[in-house]
Amino acid sequence: MQKITKPVQLFLLIALGFALWFPSVGDEFYVELLINIMIIAIFAMSLDLLVGYTGLVSLGHAAFFGIGAYGLGIFFGEMNQYSIWAALPVSLILTALAAVVIGWISIRTSGIYFIMLTLALAQMFYYYFFESKLYGGDDGMFISTKPDVNFGSIQLLDLGNEHTFYYFTLGILVVVFLFLVMILRAPFGQVITGICANEQRVRSLGYATQRYKLASFVIAGTLAGLAGFLEAAHTGFITPSYLGWHESGNILVVVILGGLGTLYGPIIGAVALVLLEDFLPDITEHWKIVLGMIIVCVVLFLPNGISSLSGKIFRIPSQIMKTILRG
Amino acid sequence: MEFSFYLIQLLNGIQYGFLLFLVASGLTLVFGIMDVINLAHGSFYMIGAYLAFWLTGIFGSLFLGIVLAIPLAVALGFVVERLAIAYLYKKGHLHQVLLTYALILIFDEAQRFLWGNDSHGVDIPAALSGSITLTDIQVYPVYRLFVSFVCIVIGVGMFYVIQKTKLGMTIRAGASNRQMTQALGINIERLFTIVFSLGVGLAAFAGMIAAPIDSLYPGMGDNILIISLVVVVIGGIGSIKGAFVGAMIIGVSSIFGKTLFPSMASIVVYAMMAGILIWKPQGLFKSA
Repeated sequence: MQKITKPVQLFLLIALGFALWFPSVGDEFYVELLINIMIIAIFAMSLDLLVGYTGLVSLGHAAFFGIGAYGLGIFFGEMNQYSIWAALPVSLILTALAAVVIGWISIRTSGIYFIMLTLALAQMFYYYFFESKLYGGDDGMFISTKPDVNFGSIQLLDLGNEHTFYYFTLGILVVVFLFLVMILRAPFGQVITGICANEQRVRSLGYATQRYKLASFVIAGTLAGLAGFLEAAHTGFITPSYLGWHESGNILVVVILGGLGTLYGPIIGAVALVLLEDFLPDITEHWKIVLGMIIVCVVLFLPNGISSLSGKIFRIPSQIMKTILRG
Repeated sequence: MEFSFYLIQLLNGIQYGFLLFLVASGLTLVFGIMDVINLAHGSFYMIGAYLAFWLTGIFGSLFLGIVLAIPLAVALGFVVERLAIAYLYKKGHLHQVLLTYALILIFDEAQRFLWGNDSHGVDIPAALSGSITLTDIQVYPVYRLFVSFVCIVIGVGMFYVIQKTKLGMTIRAGASNRQMTQALGINIERLFTIVFSLGVGLAAFAGMIAAPIDSLYPGMGDNILIISLVVVVIGGIGSIKGAFVGAMIIGVSSIFGKTLFPSMASIVVYAMMAGILIWKPQGLFKSA
């Protein structure tokens, strides 16, 4: 993967410091909002692995988010007490299985057909949950309580506490980010970025590209399931719209808005979109028009996303510095 | 009884298929010729329906409403193509998805702004409000037959334009090899503008004539968009023939799915698409 430059590293560390510090002073409402942002950031990073690094544009990624959420709702939603060590693996295994099935079918195609096939298969899951009476149908499901995080009989974390949940989500965000950096630096990452650049050539080097694409698809899907699990645990509520194509479109917007193929771009995109969605409705009732126009402007004027702005901002002072030093 | 029940379902399915064909044919041409994924295509269907509702309300006649609404829709298509879509020709699919997704947000909200959140209906014109008696208890509305008839006329007209006229020749040439067409001195940008505006016109027209049998509600464009994408992909991108066959398959199977397996109807359509793409990854009729 592309090396994360020094200014960006510094920026990420400052952001992490801010995130660690914020709950001690911030308003409860914004703590809640930041949890939301972090969950969306995890979801968006998982999609970035697929779209930005493997070159597979999926318009059905929300299916995995939703399956992760429903995995929690179906098996543990009515329980008064359950352990995260049981609930999280169930959600992750379910999403991984769904990703294997959807991925195995979709990666046979490419381009527009891949986009459409992921869309169609995700819609099948959406309609299944929307119409099935078993899991609440279009009313959705409630989750009565948050999972216990215990080690033996010792309670490690009390997720019922909003601040604990905040730090728990932040920890997962950091772990997912480092995990993705790790696999992208590993030979696996070299191969999938190679596939993104030129699949023919990678195949001619003797790599079974289909298997790598499937592996990338399953990893991305499972991480999206993790985000869905967190969302369901946080809000205590699931609706079929989690799986709908609007959600898939939205998360694609987050990734591209922030900057494709950067990993930190999707985090910036999540911050930008959630803040816009929080802030715009205060100005006008018809805020979606404004949001739509902002997205249009980003596509037209910042095709590489908001994170490319940072390069531009950092480049100017560093050039000034260079000229001064040389002069 | 049994037979006429199935006949009614079949007629409904065919009529739905025709409507899908109108929407999907524009979409497949924009896909095939311009290589642009237009997610906002369903919004034009919605806009057509609301324009018909609005103008019919003013003039008191659906026909007059439709006649006035068509030029408005085509003009809207022209403006959108020049302002936004024209920028996408040299961009990847990802930017197309993003920009047209933003257009959906804008159009959906504009619809709420202009016509509100309530769902509306348009009355069937008096001349076509009758029914044909099939058996003692079963009837079939004339308006649905009229819709099918109009779609057939337009389909034949489209076939004639595409197969027999110079414009159709350039469209076909553009669909099969864009660079070569350009090299032969065809103004491809102008062709794109025409194709896009006509595609918008077709989608909007489908919305207009469907207005009396479908209800108008916010976000109605989304459903038709997804179904038309399915039709286009099943038929093969860029193929009008494929769009027709795909529309009929989806139209008939979704109507039968709704009556025979109500709880699984929506899944049937997507399962069918997945099945066809596994069997033929490029769709039934690969673009000529």
